[in-house]
Amino acid sequence: MADYKLDQNAKYAESHEWVRVEDGVAVVGVSDAAQDQLSDVVYVDLPDVGREVKAGEAIAVVESVKAAEDILAPVSGTIAAINDALIDTPELVNGQPYQAWFFKITPTAALDSELAALMEPSAYAAFVDANAH
Amino acid sequence: MQKTPLYETHLALGGRIVDFAGWALPVQYPTGPTTEHQAVRNAAGLFDISHMGQFELKGADAELFLQYVQVWDIAQMADYEAHYSLLLYTDGTIVDDIFIYRLPARWLIVVNASNRAKDLAWLQAHALGFEIELTDISDQTCMLALQGPKAEAILQKLTTVDLAQMTTRTAVETTLAGLPTLVGRTGYTGEDGFELYLANGDGVALWESLLQAGGAEGILPCGLAARDSLRFEACMPLYGHEIDANTNPLEARLGWAISWETEFIGRAALLKTKLEGPTRLLIAFEMVDRAVPREHYEIGVAGQIVGHVTTGMKSPTLDQFVGMGYLPRQFTKLGTVIEIMVRGQAKAAKVVKRPLYQPKYK
Repeated sequence: MADYKLDQNAKYAESHEWVRVEDGVAVVGVSDAAQDQLSDVVYVDLPDVGREVKAGEAIAVVESVKAAEDILAPVSGTIAAINDALIDTPELVNGQPYQAWFFKITPTAALDSELAALMEPSAYAAFVDANAH
Repeated sequence: MQKTPLYETHLALGGRIVDFAGWALPVQYPTGPTTEHQAVRNAAGLFDISHMGQFELKGADAELFLQYVQVWDIAQMADYEAHYSLLLYTDGTIVDDIFIYRLPARWLIVVNASNRAKDLAWLQAHALGFEIELTDISDQTCMLALQGPKAEAILQKLTTVDLAQMTTRTAVETTLAGLPTLVGRTGYTGEDGFELYLANGDGVALWESLLQAGGAEGILPCGLAARDSLRFEACMPLYGHEIDANTNPLEARLGWAISWETEFIGRAALLKTKLEGPTRLLIAFEMVDRAVPREHYEIGVAGQIVGHVTTGMKSPTLDQFVGMGYLPRQFTKLGTVIEIMVRGQAKAAKVVKRPLYQPKYK
Protein backbone atom coordinates (compact mmCIF):
# COMPACT_ATOMS: atom_id res chain seq x y z
CA MET A 1 0.00 0.00 0.00
CA ALA A 2 0.94 3.63 -0.38
CA ASP A 3 3.15 5.07 2.30
CA TYR A 4 0.97 7.78 3.82
CA LYS A 5 2.36 10.80 5.61
CA LEU A 6 1.44 11.38 9.25
CA ASP A 7 1.56 14.45 11.44
CA GLN A 8 3.15 13.20 14.66
CA ASN A 9 1.61 16.10 16.61
CA ALA A 10 -1.95 15.21 15.65
CA LYS A 11 -4.51 12.65 16.79
CA TYR A 12 -6.78 10.86 14.37
CA ALA A 13 -10.42 9.81 14.11
CA GLU A 14 -11.63 6.61 12.45
CA SER A 15 -13.40 8.90 9.97
CA HIS A 16 -9.90 10.15 8.96
CA GLU A 17 -9.91 13.66 10.43
CA TRP A 18 -6.76 14.85 12.20
CA VAL A 19 -6.90 17.23 15.14
CA ARG A 20 -4.03 19.25 16.56
CA VAL A 21 -4.37 21.38 19.67
CA GLU A 22 -2.63 24.71 19.14
CA ASP A 23 -2.79 27.38 21.88
CA GLY A 24 -5.83 25.72 23.39
CA VAL A 25 -7.74 25.58 20.08
CA ALA A 26 -8.44 22.31 18.19
CA VAL A 27 -7.36 22.59 14.55
CA VAL A 28 -9.00 20.02 12.22
CA GLY A 29 -8.24 18.65 8.74
CA VAL A 30 -8.25 15.35 6.85
CA SER A 31 -5.36 12.89 6.77
CA ASP A 32 -3.02 12.13 3.90
CA ALA A 33 -4.59 8.68 3.57
CA ALA A 34 -8.05 10.28 3.34
CA GLN A 35 -7.11 12.80 0.67
CA ASP A 36 -5.38 10.07 -1.33
CA GLN A 37 -8.46 7.84 -1.22
CA LEU A 38 -10.71 10.77 -2.13
CA SER A 39 -8.57 11.64 -5.18
CA ASP A 40 -8.59 15.22 -6.52
CA VAL A 41 -10.59 17.47 -4.16
CA VAL A 42 -12.81 19.97 -6.00
CA TYR A 43 -15.10 21.45 -3.35
CA VAL A 44 -15.25 22.12 0.37
CA ASP A 45 -18.28 23.22 2.38
CA LEU A 46 -17.42 24.72 5.79
CA PRO A 47 -19.53 25.39 8.91
CA ASP A 48 -20.46 28.88 10.12
CA VAL A 49 -18.14 30.50 12.63
CA GLY A 50 -19.79 30.52 16.07
CA ARG A 51 -21.69 27.28 15.51
CA GLU A 52 -21.71 24.88 18.45
CA VAL A 53 -20.71 21.38 17.45
CA LYS A 54 -20.60 17.99 19.15
CA ALA A 55 -17.87 15.38 18.73
CA GLY A 56 -18.90 13.02 15.91
CA GLU A 57 -21.29 15.50 14.30
CA ALA A 58 -21.07 15.99 10.50
CA ILE A 59 -20.31 19.69 10.10
CA ALA A 60 -18.44 20.06 6.80
CA VAL A 61 -18.29 18.37 3.40
CA VAL A 62 -15.37 17.58 1.17
CA GLU A 63 -16.08 16.60 -2.44
CA SER A 64 -13.63 15.07 -4.88
CA VAL A 65 -13.82 13.91 -8.46
CA LYS A 66 -14.95 10.62 -6.94
CA ALA A 67 -17.32 11.28 -4.03
CA ALA A 68 -18.80 13.60 -1.42
CA GLU A 69 -17.74 12.85 2.17
CA ASP A 70 -18.83 14.35 5.49
CA ILE A 71 -16.22 15.83 7.80
CA LEU A 72 -17.01 15.12 11.44
CA ALA A 73 -16.09 17.31 14.39
CA PRO A 74 -13.50 15.21 16.28
CA VAL A 75 -14.14 17.19 19.47
CA SER A 76 -17.01 19.28 20.86
CA GLY A 77 -16.98 23.07 21.09
CA THR A 78 -17.60 26.23 19.11
CA ILE A 79 -16.31 26.94 15.59
CA ALA A 80 -13.68 29.63 16.11
CA ALA A 81 -12.45 29.96 12.53
CA ILE A 82 -12.76 28.40 9.07
CA ASN A 83 -10.12 28.16 6.36
CA ASP A 84 -11.56 30.34 3.56
CA ALA A 85 -8.59 29.51 1.33
CA LEU A 86 -10.03 26.02 0.77
CA ILE A 87 -13.14 27.46 -0.90
CA ASP A 88 -11.18 28.82 -3.86
CA THR A 89 -8.31 26.32 -3.77
CA PRO A 90 -9.70 23.03 -2.46
CA GLU A 91 -6.77 21.19 -4.09
CA LEU A 92 -4.67 22.36 -1.11
CA VAL A 93 -6.25 19.39 0.69
CA ASN A 94 -4.43 17.07 -1.73
CA GLY A 95 -1.15 18.93 -1.76
CA GLN A 96 -0.69 19.73 1.93
CA PRO A 97 -3.19 17.72 3.97
CA TYR A 98 -1.68 18.67 7.35
CA GLN A 99 -1.47 22.40 6.54
CA ALA A 100 -4.87 22.58 4.82
CA TRP A 101 -6.99 22.83 7.97
CA PHE A 102 -10.78 23.01 7.57
CA PHE A 103 -11.88 24.65 10.82
CA LYS A 104 -10.78 25.46 14.37
CA ILE A 105 -12.85 24.57 17.40
CA THR A 106 -12.74 26.29 20.79
CA PRO A 107 -13.13 23.14 22.86
CA THR A 108 -15.24 22.38 25.93
CA ALA A 109 -14.12 20.91 29.24
CA ALA A 110 -14.57 17.48 27.61
CA LEU A 111 -11.52 18.05 25.37
CA ASP A 112 -9.12 15.76 27.21
CA SER A 113 -11.51 12.81 27.34
CA GLU A 114 -12.51 13.36 23.68
CA LEU A 115 -8.86 13.44 22.61
CA ALA A 116 -8.21 10.29 24.61
CA ALA A 117 -10.81 8.51 22.46
CA LEU A 118 -8.89 9.37 19.25
CA MET A 119 -5.92 7.48 17.83
CA GLU A 120 -2.22 8.23 18.14
CA PRO A 121 -0.36 8.45 14.78
CA SER A 122 1.01 4.90 15.05
CA ALA A 123 -2.42 3.46 15.90
CA TYR A 124 -3.98 5.39 13.01
CA ALA A 125 -1.33 4.08 10.58
CA ALA A 126 -2.17 0.54 11.69
CA PHE A 127 -5.89 1.29 11.34
CA VAL A 128 -5.39 2.55 7.73
CA ASP A 129 -3.33 -0.53 6.85
CA ALA A 130 -5.92 -2.86 8.34
CA ASN A 131 -8.68 -1.19 6.34
CA ALA A 132 -6.78 -1.13 3.05
CA HIS A 133 -8.01 -3.62 0.49
CA MET B 1 -12.82 -9.45 -12.40
CA GLN B 2 -11.50 -9.84 -15.93
CA LYS B 3 -8.05 -8.46 -16.66
CA THR B 4 -6.85 -6.76 -19.82
CA PRO B 5 -3.40 -7.62 -21.28
CA LEU B 6 -2.14 -4.44 -19.58
CA TYR B 7 -3.21 -5.28 -16.03
CA GLU B 8 0.33 -5.80 -14.69
CA THR B 9 1.49 -2.67 -16.52
CA HIS B 10 -1.21 -0.61 -14.80
CA LEU B 11 -0.12 -1.95 -11.40
CA ALA B 12 3.52 -1.13 -12.14
CA LEU B 13 2.52 2.44 -13.08
CA GLY B 14 0.67 2.82 -9.78
CA GLY B 15 -2.78 2.67 -11.36
CA ARG B 16 -5.66 2.54 -8.87
CA ILE B 17 -7.64 -0.51 -9.94
CA VAL B 18 -11.44 -0.56 -9.77
CA ASP B 19 -14.19 -2.86 -11.04
CA PHE B 20 -15.67 -1.37 -14.21
CA ALA B 21 -18.34 -3.56 -15.82
CA GLY B 22 -16.56 -6.63 -14.44
CA TRP B 23 -13.11 -5.49 -15.61
CA ALA B 24 -10.14 -4.61 -13.40
CA LEU B 25 -9.12 -1.23 -14.79
CA PRO B 26 -7.24 1.83 -13.50
CA VAL B 27 -9.56 4.69 -12.52
CA GLN B 28 -6.47 6.91 -12.25
CA TYR B 29 -2.69 6.88 -11.99
CA PRO B 30 -0.69 8.72 -9.28
CA THR B 31 -0.79 12.00 -11.25
CA GLY B 32 -4.56 12.15 -10.57
CA PRO B 33 -7.56 12.51 -12.90
CA THR B 34 -7.41 16.31 -13.27
CA THR B 35 -3.81 16.25 -14.51
CA GLU B 36 -4.59 13.32 -16.82
CA HIS B 37 -7.57 15.21 -18.22
CA GLN B 38 -5.45 18.28 -18.91
CA ALA B 39 -2.75 16.16 -20.57
CA VAL B 40 -5.34 14.98 -23.13
CA ARG B 41 -6.63 18.52 -23.78
CA ASN B 42 -3.13 20.04 -24.09
CA ALA B 43 -0.78 17.23 -25.13
CA ALA B 44 -1.72 13.54 -25.20
CA GLY B 45 -3.10 10.74 -23.07
CA LEU B 46 -3.00 6.97 -23.46
CA PHE B 47 -5.93 4.81 -22.37
CA ASP B 48 -6.32 1.04 -22.09
CA ILE B 49 -9.84 0.42 -23.35
CA SER B 50 -9.43 -3.30 -23.98
CA HIS B 51 -12.57 -3.90 -21.93
CA MET B 52 -14.64 -2.65 -24.85
CA GLY B 53 -16.27 -5.31 -26.99
CA GLN B 54 -15.43 -5.93 -30.64
CA PHE B 55 -17.53 -7.97 -33.04
CA GLU B 56 -16.50 -8.92 -36.54
CA LEU B 57 -19.23 -9.21 -39.13
CA LYS B 58 -18.78 -10.99 -42.47
CA GLY B 59 -20.88 -12.79 -45.05
CA ALA B 60 -22.94 -12.19 -48.17
CA ASP B 61 -25.69 -10.37 -46.22
CA ALA B 62 -23.42 -8.50 -43.82
CA GLU B 63 -24.27 -5.03 -45.17
CA LEU B 64 -27.98 -5.80 -45.47
CA PHE B 65 -28.06 -7.11 -41.91
CA LEU B 66 -26.04 -4.25 -40.42
CA GLN B 67 -28.20 -1.67 -42.19
CA TYR B 68 -31.25 -3.21 -40.54
CA VAL B 69 -29.95 -3.46 -36.96
CA GLN B 70 -28.51 0.05 -36.52
CA VAL B 71 -29.46 3.64 -37.39
CA TRP B 72 -26.69 4.98 -39.66
CA ASP B 73 -26.75 4.59 -43.46
CA ILE B 74 -23.70 2.38 -43.76
CA ALA B 75 -24.16 2.03 -47.53
CA GLN B 76 -22.61 5.53 -47.71
CA MET B 77 -19.45 4.33 -46.01
CA ALA B 78 -16.37 3.47 -48.08
CA ASP B 79 -13.79 0.92 -46.96
CA TYR B 80 -11.75 2.18 -44.00
CA GLU B 81 -14.39 4.65 -42.89
CA ALA B 82 -15.82 4.64 -39.37
CA HIS B 83 -19.03 6.05 -37.88
CA TYR B 84 -20.90 6.35 -34.60
CA SER B 85 -24.27 4.62 -34.45
CA LEU B 86 -26.95 3.13 -32.21
CA LEU B 87 -28.72 -0.18 -31.80
CA LEU B 88 -32.38 0.42 -30.94
CA TYR B 89 -35.18 -1.65 -29.50
CA THR B 90 -38.44 -1.74 -31.46
CA ASP B 91 -39.84 1.00 -29.20
CA GLY B 92 -36.98 3.33 -30.17
CA THR B 93 -35.08 3.07 -26.88
CA ILE B 94 -31.38 2.30 -26.89
CA VAL B 95 -29.74 -1.14 -26.78
CA ASP B 96 -26.27 0.39 -27.05
CA ASP B 97 -24.24 3.07 -28.76
CA ILE B 98 -21.55 1.66 -31.03
CA PHE B 99 -18.78 2.49 -33.48
CA ILE B 100 -18.75 0.84 -36.90
CA TYR B 101 -15.67 0.43 -39.12
CA ARG B 102 -16.10 -0.66 -42.73
CA LEU B 103 -13.14 -2.81 -43.74
CA PRO B 104 -12.56 -4.87 -46.91
CA ALA B 105 -15.07 -7.75 -46.85
CA ARG B 106 -15.84 -7.24 -43.17
CA TRP B 107 -17.19 -4.85 -40.56
CA LEU B 108 -15.86 -4.13 -37.10
CA ILE B 109 -18.48 -3.21 -34.51
CA VAL B 110 -17.20 -1.73 -31.24
CA VAL B 111 -19.58 -1.90 -28.28
CA ASN B 112 -19.63 -0.93 -24.60
CA ALA B 113 -18.10 -3.48 -22.21
CA SER B 114 -21.20 -3.45 -20.03
CA ASN B 115 -23.39 -4.34 -23.02
CA ARG B 116 -21.20 -6.83 -24.82
CA ALA B 117 -23.13 -10.03 -24.02
CA LYS B 118 -26.50 -8.29 -24.42
CA ASP B 119 -25.53 -6.79 -27.79
CA LEU B 120 -24.22 -10.08 -29.15
CA ALA B 121 -27.40 -11.90 -28.12
CA TRP B 122 -29.54 -9.10 -29.54
CA LEU B 123 -27.70 -9.12 -32.88
CA GLN B 124 -27.90 -12.91 -33.08
CA ALA B 125 -31.60 -12.79 -32.29
CA HIS B 126 -32.14 -10.64 -35.40
CA ALA B 127 -29.83 -12.63 -37.67
CA LEU B 128 -32.39 -15.22 -38.75
CA GLY B 129 -32.60 -15.37 -42.54
CA PHE B 130 -29.42 -13.36 -43.09
CA GLU B 131 -26.33 -15.07 -44.42
CA ILE B 132 -23.83 -13.64 -41.97
CA GLU B 133 -20.98 -14.65 -39.74
CA LEU B 134 -20.87 -12.68 -36.48
CA THR B 135 -17.87 -13.29 -34.22
CA ASP B 136 -17.07 -11.81 -30.82
CA ILE B 137 -13.33 -11.09 -31.09
CA SER B 138 -13.13 -9.09 -27.83
CA ASP B 139 -11.11 -11.70 -25.93
CA GLN B 140 -8.35 -11.67 -28.55
CA THR B 141 -8.33 -7.90 -29.06
CA CYS B 142 -6.36 -5.25 -27.23
CA MET B 143 -7.73 -1.72 -27.70
CA LEU B 144 -5.81 1.43 -26.83
CA ALA B 145 -6.83 5.07 -27.28
CA LEU B 146 -4.17 7.71 -27.92
CA GLN B 147 -5.91 11.08 -27.64
CA GLY B 148 -4.93 14.73 -27.69
CA PRO B 149 -3.44 17.43 -29.94
CA LYS B 150 -0.02 15.71 -29.86
CA ALA B 151 -1.42 12.26 -30.70
CA GLU B 152 -0.59 12.50 -34.40
CA ALA B 153 3.03 13.59 -33.80
CA ILE B 154 3.55 10.78 -31.29
CA LEU B 155 1.98 8.04 -33.42
CA GLN B 156 3.88 9.22 -36.49
CA LYS B 157 7.13 8.13 -34.80
CA LEU B 158 5.91 4.52 -34.87
CA THR B 159 4.60 4.23 -38.43
CA THR B 160 5.49 4.97 -42.07
CA VAL B 161 1.86 5.79 -42.91
CA ASP B 162 1.49 9.57 -43.43
CA LEU B 163 -0.98 10.33 -40.64
CA ALA B 164 -1.42 13.93 -41.81
CA GLN B 165 -3.37 12.48 -44.76
CA MET B 166 -5.78 10.65 -42.44
CA THR B 167 -9.03 12.49 -41.74
CA THR B 168 -11.25 11.99 -38.73
CA ARG B 169 -13.33 8.77 -38.73
CA THR B 170 -11.08 6.92 -41.15
CA ALA B 171 -8.92 3.86 -40.51
CA VAL B 172 -5.81 2.18 -41.82
CA GLU B 173 -4.27 -1.27 -41.35
CA THR B 174 -0.55 -0.91 -40.73
CA THR B 175 2.18 -1.78 -38.29
CA LEU B 176 3.06 0.38 -35.28
CA ALA B 177 6.52 -0.28 -33.86
CA GLY B 178 6.40 -3.42 -35.99
CA LEU B 179 3.10 -4.64 -34.50
CA PRO B 180 0.15 -5.25 -36.87
CA THR B 181 -2.55 -2.75 -35.86
CA LEU B 182 -5.85 -1.37 -37.10
CA VAL B 183 -5.57 2.39 -36.57
CA GLY B 184 -8.77 4.44 -36.46
CA ARG B 185 -8.75 8.23 -36.28
CA THR B 186 -11.52 8.04 -33.71
CA GLY B 187 -12.02 8.47 -30.00
CA TYR B 188 -14.36 9.59 -27.28
CA THR B 189 -12.63 12.50 -25.58
CA GLY B 190 -13.49 15.52 -27.77
CA GLU B 191 -9.89 15.67 -29.00
CA ASP B 192 -8.19 14.49 -32.14
CA GLY B 193 -6.67 11.07 -31.67
CA PHE B 194 -6.55 7.42 -32.53
CA GLU B 195 -8.02 4.15 -31.40
CA LEU B 196 -5.75 1.17 -31.91
CA TYR B 197 -6.79 -2.47 -32.28
CA LEU B 198 -4.23 -5.22 -32.09
CA ALA B 199 -3.59 -8.73 -30.81
CA ASN B 200 -3.66 -9.10 -27.02
CA GLY B 201 -0.09 -10.41 -27.01
CA ASP B 202 1.20 -7.18 -28.60
CA GLY B 203 -0.63 -4.83 -26.22
CA VAL B 204 2.10 -4.24 -23.66
CA ALA B 205 4.77 -3.67 -26.34
CA LEU B 206 2.66 -1.03 -28.10
CA TRP B 207 1.66 0.67 -24.83
CA GLU B 208 5.32 0.98 -23.82
CA SER B 209 6.38 2.17 -27.28
CA LEU B 210 3.70 4.88 -27.20
CA LEU B 211 4.62 6.13 -23.72
CA GLN B 212 8.25 6.25 -24.77
CA ALA B 213 7.51 7.96 -28.10
CA GLY B 214 5.36 10.56 -26.34
CA GLY B 215 7.68 11.36 -23.46
CA ALA B 216 8.90 14.65 -24.94
CA GLU B 217 5.32 15.65 -25.85
CA GLY B 218 4.10 15.12 -22.28
CA ILE B 219 2.00 12.00 -22.80
CA LEU B 220 0.39 10.57 -19.65
CA PRO B 221 -1.32 7.23 -19.07
CA CYS B 222 -4.95 8.04 -18.25
CA GLY B 223 -7.60 6.18 -16.29
CA LEU B 224 -11.37 5.82 -16.38
CA ALA B 225 -12.01 9.02 -14.39
CA ALA B 226 -10.29 11.20 -17.00
CA ARG B 227 -12.01 9.28 -19.79
CA ASP B 228 -15.35 10.12 -18.16
CA SER B 229 -14.64 13.82 -17.57
CA LEU B 230 -13.30 14.24 -21.13
CA ARG B 231 -16.30 12.69 -22.86
CA PHE B 232 -18.61 14.56 -20.49
CA GLU B 233 -17.23 18.02 -21.37
CA ALA B 234 -17.78 17.22 -25.05
CA CYS B 235 -21.36 16.20 -24.06
CA MET B 236 -20.93 12.71 -25.45
CA PRO B 237 -23.36 10.27 -23.86
CA LEU B 238 -22.26 7.31 -21.77
CA TYR B 239 -24.47 4.23 -21.76
CA GLY B 240 -26.04 3.71 -18.34
CA HIS B 241 -25.93 7.44 -17.65
CA GLU B 242 -27.26 9.67 -20.46
CA ILE B 243 -28.66 6.77 -22.50
CA ASP B 244 -30.16 3.38 -21.70
CA ALA B 245 -33.15 1.15 -22.43
CA ASN B 246 -35.46 3.92 -21.12
CA THR B 247 -34.18 6.74 -23.31
CA ASN B 248 -34.53 7.39 -27.02
CA PRO B 249 -31.92 9.03 -29.26
CA LEU B 250 -33.99 12.16 -29.92
CA GLU B 251 -34.32 13.16 -26.29
CA ALA B 252 -30.60 12.33 -25.89
CA ARG B 253 -29.91 14.76 -28.81
CA LEU B 254 -28.46 12.03 -30.98
CA GLY B 255 -30.70 12.78 -33.96
CA TRP B 256 -27.59 13.58 -36.02
CA ALA B 257 -26.61 9.89 -35.83
CA ILE B 258 -29.82 8.73 -37.52
CA SER B 259 -30.28 8.15 -41.26
CA TRP B 260 -34.04 8.34 -41.69
CA GLU B 261 -33.91 7.12 -45.31
CA THR B 262 -33.01 3.60 -44.25
CA GLU B 263 -35.21 0.95 -42.68
CA PHE B 264 -33.96 -0.06 -39.22
CA ILE B 265 -35.29 -1.61 -36.04
CA GLY B 266 -36.95 1.07 -33.91
CA ARG B 267 -37.51 3.48 -36.81
CA ALA B 268 -41.33 3.56 -36.66
CA ALA B 269 -41.41 4.37 -32.95
CA LEU B 270 -38.66 6.94 -33.34
CA LEU B 271 -40.40 8.60 -36.28
CA LYS B 272 -43.50 9.01 -34.10
CA THR B 273 -41.36 10.68 -31.41
CA LYS B 274 -39.79 12.88 -34.07
CA LEU B 275 -43.16 14.06 -35.37
CA GLU B 276 -44.62 14.66 -31.91
CA GLY B 277 -41.40 16.09 -30.49
CA PRO B 278 -39.66 14.45 -27.51
CA THR B 279 -41.27 15.28 -24.18
CA ARG B 280 -37.92 15.71 -22.44
CA LEU B 281 -34.43 16.69 -23.57
CA LEU B 282 -30.89 16.20 -22.40
CA ILE B 283 -29.51 19.60 -21.40
CA ALA B 284 -26.25 21.00 -20.12
CA PHE B 285 -26.25 23.25 -17.09
CA GLU B 286 -23.87 25.38 -15.10
CA MET B 287 -24.12 25.94 -11.36
CA VAL B 288 -24.94 29.50 -10.24
CA ASP B 289 -24.68 28.64 -6.53
CA ARG B 290 -21.52 26.95 -5.31
CA ALA B 291 -22.14 23.18 -5.24
CA VAL B 292 -21.07 19.99 -6.99
CA PRO B 293 -23.82 18.45 -9.13
CA ARG B 294 -23.68 14.65 -9.22
CA GLU B 295 -25.40 11.84 -11.08
CA HIS B 296 -28.97 11.05 -9.88
CA TYR B 297 -29.42 14.40 -8.12
CA GLU B 298 -32.92 15.75 -8.71
CA ILE B 299 -33.53 18.86 -10.80
CA GLY B 300 -36.31 21.25 -9.84
CA VAL B 301 -37.98 24.23 -11.47
CA ALA B 302 -39.84 26.66 -9.19
CA GLY B 303 -39.80 24.16 -6.34
CA GLN B 304 -41.16 21.24 -8.38
CA ILE B 305 -38.92 18.20 -9.14
CA VAL B 306 -38.99 17.78 -12.92
CA GLY B 307 -35.80 15.92 -13.88
CA HIS B 308 -32.48 14.44 -12.84
CA VAL B 309 -28.74 14.85 -13.36
CA THR B 310 -27.09 12.20 -15.57
CA THR B 311 -23.47 13.36 -15.09
CA GLY B 312 -22.09 16.26 -13.07
CA MET B 313 -18.70 17.40 -11.88
CA LYS B 314 -16.22 20.24 -11.73
CA SER B 315 -15.13 20.57 -15.34
CA PRO B 316 -11.32 20.52 -15.41
CA THR B 317 -11.22 22.53 -18.65
CA LEU B 318 -13.84 25.15 -17.76
CA ASP B 319 -12.96 25.16 -14.04
CA GLN B 320 -16.71 25.33 -13.34
CA PHE B 321 -19.32 23.10 -11.75
CA VAL B 322 -21.40 21.81 -14.64
CA GLY B 323 -23.65 18.90 -15.51
CA MET B 324 -25.98 17.21 -17.93
CA GLY B 325 -29.50 16.10 -17.18
CA TYR B 326 -32.99 15.48 -18.48
CA LEU B 327 -35.68 18.14 -18.30
CA PRO B 328 -39.20 18.47 -19.73
CA ARG B 329 -38.91 20.34 -23.02
CA GLN B 330 -40.58 23.52 -21.73
CA PHE B 331 -37.66 24.10 -19.32
CA THR B 332 -34.81 23.56 -21.77
CA LYS B 333 -34.41 27.07 -23.20
CA LEU B 334 -30.90 28.46 -22.75
CA GLY B 335 -30.69 30.55 -19.59
CA THR B 336 -33.61 28.85 -17.83
CA VAL B 337 -33.00 28.92 -14.09
CA ILE B 338 -33.19 25.47 -12.52
CA GLU B 339 -32.44 24.02 -9.08
CA ILE B 340 -30.14 21.11 -8.39
CA MET B 341 -31.06 19.31 -5.16
CA VAL B 342 -27.77 18.85 -3.29
CA ARG B 343 -28.09 17.05 0.07
CA GLY B 344 -31.64 18.33 0.51
CA GLN B 345 -30.88 21.91 -0.49
CA ALA B 346 -31.91 23.59 -3.74
CA LYS B 347 -28.85 25.09 -5.45
CA ALA B 348 -29.40 27.44 -8.39
CA ALA B 349 -28.13 26.53 -11.85
CA LYS B 350 -28.95 27.60 -15.40
CA VAL B 351 -29.36 25.81 -18.72
CA VAL B 352 -26.36 26.48 -20.99
CA LYS B 353 -25.32 25.68 -24.54
CA ARG B 354 -24.10 22.21 -25.49
CA PRO B 355 -21.45 20.99 -25.81
CA LEU B 356 -19.64 22.35 -22.79
CA TYR B 357 -16.40 21.81 -24.73
CA GLN B 358 -16.29 22.09 -28.52
CA PRO B 359 -14.56 18.95 -29.88
CA LYS B 360 -11.37 19.51 -31.89
CA TYR B 361 -11.10 16.96 -34.66
CA LYS B 362 -8.85 16.81 -37.72
